[in-house]
Amino acid sequence: MDVLGGLFVDHTLRTVALGSATLGIVSGALGAFAVLRRQALLGDAMSHAALPGVALAFLMTGSRAPLVLMLGAAIAGWLAALAIIGVARTSRIKTDSAMALTLSVFFGAGLVVLTFIQRQPAAGKAGLDKFLFGQAAAMLESDVITMAAVGALGLFALLALWKEFKLLSFDPDFAATLGMPTRRLDILLTGLLVIAIVVGLKTVGVVLMSAMVVAPGAAARQWTNHLGVMVTLAALFGAAAGVLGALLSTTAETSTGPTIVLVATGLVVVSLLFAPARGVVWARIRAWRSRRMLALEAVIADLASLAAQHGSNATHPHDIGALNAVRGRAVVERALSELAADGLARQHDTGGWSLTPRGLAEADRLARSRRAPGVAR
Amino acid sequence: MRIGLRTGGALAIQATDLTLAYQQRPVLWDVDLEVPQGVLMAIVGPNGAGKTTLLRAVLGLLQPAAGEVLIFGQPYASQRRRVAYVPQRGSVDWDFPTTALDIVTMGTYGGLGWVRRPGSSERARAAAALTEVGMECYADRQISQLSGGQQQRIFLARALVQDADVYLMDEPFQGVDATTERAIVELLRALRADGKTVVAVHHDLQTVTEYFDEVTLLNVRRIAGGPVERVFTEENLRHTYGGRVAGIGGRAMGNDLESAS
Amino acid sequence: MTSAQIDVLLVAVVVAAACAIPGTFLVLRRMAMMSDAISHTVLLGIVLAFFVVSDLGSPILIAGAALVGLLTVVLVEAVSRTGLVREDAAIGLVFPALFSIAVILISSLAGDVHLDSDAVLLGEIAFAPFNRFAPFSVDLGPIALWVMGAILLINLACTALFFKELKLATFDPALAAALGFSPAIVHYGLMSLVSITAVGAFDAVGSILVVALMIGPPAAAYLLTDRLPRMLGLSVAIGAASAVAGYWLARVLDANIAGSMATAVGIAFILVLLLAPQRGLVATARRQRRQRWTFARQMLLIHLATHEGTPAETDESRPDHMQRHMRWPPAFANRVVRTATERGLIVLENDQLRLTAQGRHEARAAAVR
Repeated sequence: MDVLGGLFVDHTLRTVALGSATLGIVSGALGAFAVLRRQALLGDAMSHAALPGVALAFLMTGSRAPLVLMLGAAIAGWLAALAIIGVARTSRIKTDSAMALTLSVFFGAGLVVLTFIQRQPAAGKAGLDKFLFGQAAAMLESDVITMAAVGALGLFALLALWKEFKLLSFDPDFAATLGMPTRRLDILLTGLLVIAIVVGLKTVGVVLMSAMVVAPGAAARQWTNHLGVMVTLAALFGAAAGVLGALLSTTAETSTGPTIVLVATGLVVVSLLFAPARGVVWARIRAWRSRRMLALEAVIADLASLAAQHGSNATHPHDIGALNAVRGRAVVERALSELAADGLARQHDTGGWSLTPRGLAEADRLARSRRAPGVAR
Repeated sequence: MRIGLRTGGALAIQATDLTLAYQQRPVLWDVDLEVPQGVLMAIVGPNGAGKTTLLRAVLGLLQPAAGEVLIFGQPYASQRRRVAYVPQRGSVDWDFPTTALDIVTMGTYGGLGWVRRPGSSERARAAAALTEVGMECYADRQISQLSGGQQQRIFLARALVQDADVYLMDEPFQGVDATTERAIVELLRALRADGKTVVAVHHDLQTVTEYFDEVTLLNVRRIAGGPVERVFTEENLRHTYGGRVAGIGGRAMGNDLESAS
Repeated sequence: MTSAQIDVLLVAVVVAAACAIPGTFLVLRRMAMMSDAISHTVLLGIVLAFFVVSDLGSPILIAGAALVGLLTVVLVEAVSRTGLVREDAAIGLVFPALFSIAVILISSLAGDVHLDSDAVLLGEIAFAPFNRFAPFSVDLGPIALWVMGAILLINLACTALFFKELKLATFDPALAAALGFSPAIVHYGLMSLVSITAVGAFDAVGSILVVALMIGPPAAAYLLTDRLPRMLGLSVAIGAASAVAGYWLARVLDANIAGSMATAVGIAFILVLLLAPQRGLVATARRQRRQRWTFARQMLLIHLATHEGTPAETDESRPDHMQRHMRWPPAFANRVVRTATERGLIVLENDQLRLTAQGRHEARAAAVR
């Protein structure tokens, strides 16, 4: 409650919350496309690779203005993407190796540049090391304004070219036959991924920013089968993770980036487990139900065929020893007790079992529906 | 220029001397393809014969090393709207979050131009195309919940929406159920009745004569092409598929074939 | 060179060699990004194990870290097996989460121990010489050298013992399974080696350099050879050379050693990418230029052969026709025709190019392949 109350009074806290919300919306919405285009790891490589960009931008301009550092980060991330695609295209090196190599080499080069900065007089260099894990508390109003402006630009591009990006992500060849410049669209959409990454660098840090690009989209995908809803949800999830994580980290005094990432991961876990239709829990329950139904149907069929062997008296009791041997005692017993409860089978005084007339009718119906082709799906 | 040599009007597709190589390895060598208007043509050949490559080259998705492609006597770029493409079903991610109707609506994007969104008239056209392929009940279904045959029909509907004159299809019968196969055949015939031209990469040699009017036999080079009854002969097939046998079985087979010709 | 410098160099070379061995298989199995994931998450293992033993020097830490490395692999597989997210997204979700937990746990310990997350990422190999292994007060060198030496030996021994299994499971997992070598066991075995190597190395060089040393040298070696044993050897050599070069770079620039080594790996890779004798970009460009002529000549021959004896022949075999149909610039077309004529493959008669017998033969040979 203190934190929530503080939100309206405390200027810093408000800045932090606003900034984190902005970052979450932008990286969530733009990252959703990265998830669909299987660029999650490209995002990771690009965010690590942003480090030398940030450091060089500072070294060359001496400025810590958010726009300057973001621009440096964007250029470096961009170059890393080009290097990855270039190496994978021109040599036998596969994309995964190209990514791992590029991210580690760029990051290493970033460390080298950082040591140059550390040798400079103390004034002004402070805060650059925060780009590793991010620090929400250091967020200034100017940061938030820049993030919002850059992010709005990215979101605007996404909305304006919505149908082009959708088609490019689903079926690029078809897009090309419609006359869309798929190469340039691809470059543009990868550029939006760069924006998704750089808006969060100061808050979440280069090491973990990729998670903020992937997690909201991955979580949102589970709740909907509609692209527009997915991107909107991803923006909301991103904002929620951003604000919650930033506030938590400010009160608990933990690093901001990791806290935000953990909140986002929590959203993913909940979505994977409980999202309607796709959630793992529901899928398990469905599988369990259908297994039970299959067992029931099998036992009905078995009893029916025993009855058929008996000719005239269909409800004559049968020994179920043979059934137990084939299907397993526990399965058969559970199935029989359920059938008995439904009035489809009954146990005779002798201990033997038989179908009731209703059970026989049900067995007949099941047998016929099995034989009818083309009803499935 | 040889436009109009074979028919009164321009050929629907005329590709001359198409040569295409991946990293200097030839995939298509000097291939001519002439498709008259209003026919159903199958492209037949063994794996790696360059069938898909030929389609993609006609569509301008691949740059040929030599040769040119004319659609109704004009370069492809100016005739783009008259050509519709049905890619292989396996070429896309069917877990993409969207509905069957939305996929079909994508066929209208070419006519919309930049930025503009599809509106109710586009969606109505898409719905009509869905009905044509017998999928109207599945409009709001998530695409991953459709069977292979249904997915194929969605792709066909998307091409129908384009209202093109030439349809290029990459293995439309690949892995579909009998119902879909019948539906596709009927659709192809309806297209032909409307004067449309269809070129399809086809694998099933048994059905070529039944489904298609013309056939092009391809194995890196064009082995033969023309009306099915004239071209689809055992000898031509042996030529088409024999090259591959020679590649595996050594020289003897290849020499036999050469001396046979 | 001071003895401390020699110690640093020794540690660096041993780390590079130890990383290159499992890295080779990661590159071949297209799982390079798992090195990134594991090298981050082993931090969690170290922190958790530290909670148990409260001693930063304990070997339990390595075991704990290796276990969490394996846990990373298991979690990634579990998440992607749900079919709800793709494998790339699964990796991108799992390792930041585990790493975040580690960073938060460490910051909760702040002040109590010398373990901070920056150092883990950046590595401080410069301090390696000051942590000595001195049982019974006999100085036997830096601890890092002993630890990494042991890991290098483990990697060497496992690779040598299970060479054929690793090779088979890498190139043909289906065949490996059919022959009774479970690809899963090989997979987890390899991932254990990656984890152990990552945890041992990152104390010395930081997790990012672990990635650079695991993937960079094998990727470069992959451009130099087609044979697995040679690729392993080359990886080790390139890794060691980059480590040494990186160290000197760091000394010259007075910069972070791990960062300089990673940069050196990058430079080594770029050099190989450009200059590799067979697959380098320079060699490829040169070969393609040469092949362009051969290819063009073959195209000309086949074009002539195709239209030989057809009604269109007069049209198709005019020299200026080639420029138009093959989209050749006039100078290029003339040169193709000239070289083909010089080689006796074609002759020019009445403004018609005609195949000679030899030309016809070559056209057929080119078309058959």
